[in-house]
Amino acid sequence: MATVEARHISKHFDEVRAVDGIDLIAKEGEFLVLLGPSGCGKTTLMRLIAGLEQPTAGDILLDGRIVTDLPPRARNIAMVFQSYALYPHLTVERNISFPLRAIGMPKDEIRKKVEWAARMFGIERFLDRKPRQLSGGERQRVALARAVVREPVVFLLDEPLSNLDAKLRNSARDELKQFQRNLATTTIYVTHDQAEAMGLGDRIAVLNQGKVIQIGTPQEIYRRPTDTFVATFIGSPPMNLVEDGPSYLGFRPEAFLPREVGSAEDGIALPFRVTRVEYLGADRLVYGVLEGRTPEAHVISKLPDNIRAEIAAGERYDFVVRKSGIDRFDRASGRRIEGDAR
Amino acid sequence: MTATAAAISAATARRMRLADDERRLWPLMLAPAILYIVLLVGFPFFLSLFYSVSNVTVGSRDMAFVGLENFRRVVESGTFWIALGNTLIFTIVSQLFVLLFANMLAMALVADFRGKWLVRFLILLPWVAPISLGAIGWLWIYDSIYSVINWTGQALRILGPNEWPIWLGQPNLAMASIIIVQIWRIVPLATVIILAGLTSIPQDIHDAAAVDGAGFWRRTFQITLPLLLPITLVAVLFGIIFTFTDMIVVFVLTRGGPYDQTQVLATWAFFTGIQGGDLAGGAAISLFLFPVLVAVAIVFLMLARRAEVT
Repeated sequence: MATVEARHISKHFDEVRAVDGIDLIAKEGEFLVLLGPSGCGKTTLMRLIAGLEQPTAGDILLDGRIVTDLPPRARNIAMVFQSYALYPHLTVERNISFPLRAIGMPKDEIRKKVEWAARMFGIERFLDRKPRQLSGGERQRVALARAVVREPVVFLLDEPLSNLDAKLRNSARDELKQFQRNLATTTIYVTHDQAEAMGLGDRIAVLNQGKVIQIGTPQEIYRRPTDTFVATFIGSPPMNLVEDGPSYLGFRPEAFLPREVGSAEDGIALPFRVTRVEYLGADRLVYGVLEGRTPEAHVISKLPDNIRAEIAAGERYDFVVRKSGIDRFDRASGRRIEGDAR
Repeated sequence: MTATAAAISAATARRMRLADDERRLWPLMLAPAILYIVLLVGFPFFLSLFYSVSNVTVGSRDMAFVGLENFRRVVESGTFWIALGNTLIFTIVSQLFVLLFANMLAMALVADFRGKWLVRFLILLPWVAPISLGAIGWLWIYDSIYSVINWTGQALRILGPNEWPIWLGQPNLAMASIIIVQIWRIVPLATVIILAGLTSIPQDIHDAAAVDGAGFWRRTFQITLPLLLPITLVAVLFGIIFTFTDMIVVFVLTRGGPYDQTQVLATWAFFTGIQGGDLAGGAAISLFLFPVLVAVAIVFLMLARRAEVT
């Protein structure tokens, strides 16, 4: 268990600033998710923490101690790779015990540890197999067991679920969260999948172009996005942004409702011309244009199945948004405008 | 107008039908390879089998069946055992060094550095240059009067004023000289094969090992080399076959001399069969290469398959 700190860390590859002056602290026992689009620098940041890359500037601290110049093996950090990176020529047992043999642990102790880790992930049956004889989900468990077995101070997980099929991914997510809770080991988790980030993270750091844009709990990130990037990156479908003088009006699709279900008193009425309706089972997505605005404002409404109001493409409806459901962003900078400027 | 268009489309259609007709296409595509094997590998092989049990010579049209007489003559001659021993030493020693150097070179070349392509090109050069030209170059390097090695050795005071090794004239030195040339010649090929194997190991595996606490030596001996094993075996197999059957290096440098001390099976077969005119004897000698090579190939391919990991 440890804190991990990145202190004004930068990594440049030639002219590309993959990581551009990031300050970040993962608290003890915390599950911190690094979330961002591909190429935002999240994997590079993780590799810097692991010691697989040397920073162009700045420092990495473990428990307040600068470890920037230490090689990966001296940091007692475990990492699970997107590809799992199992050693293909070694059995599962040898894969899991590899980190233990590297530190020269006595043999009988190694055996106990391997059994303990294998039991935790339910892979005792596979100990004699080679990785190629395992399914994707089983490989992922082996990779996790290899990470857990030497009880590292920090786990780094690089999109460990992205190679699993959708069905398996949900149950694997649940298990991952469970075992992290039990071990209470500081965990940094990289993903581009916001559902994973929201579901797993104690806190989420949203990254874009090598910088941390916002860091906070899933609720904070969702309810009070700090700028238009976070507002449109988080949420599915993303937040609607409508030009309104020097600022953008931002509102979530699920806050944009027909007048008869939305509360009319503290709401803003927006005339809505529907162009398309998508039925998704639990929800309906209603695509359309706000009337009387230039340039044309394309918005989406997400109606849960219990709102039965008849909505048809080509028709015009009166929709409302509650005032508390509206965020404002500066049009020039994209930054959130605080206060009650509604 | 429409008639021409129809004719063109009919011709195109016929061509397309031929290109899609797999039953007629596969013999056509395989024919060159089969012809090559039958005419240039199979025919000479069976001809030499046939010659080896006859008394055929270059100078006479008479030919009679003599059974295993040629093989008896070969085995009873002292030169055969020298040549067999030399062939084994020549092959084993040179391949051990090839293995060592090729691994070192490949690991150095897999790293990124400026001018990498130039170094790769230079290292490949001995392989792409004709062997006989390279061997003639070495002939001058080893020359008994003008040897650049001796000259350099004396200039650097490594060799005393009266020390002047005759590289190709003293039996032990001659064997060593030949082995050095063979190493020089095979290393590029082995390097390129092993380099291909190295680049096919995902970076993630190296990273995982580094995070898992493995230092350079543990990574090299427990991760990289085992993963390289299958492709290394292929490289060694090629090296053994090229060395075991090679006659050019020995032929150009020493012609088997002094006193057959560097004779290998391939050169001895050549000297007996072609230069000596005893086609039957030469065929019998060269057939001794065959069972050894078959055994080596089978063993190595089995090992490579067992070591295969992905």
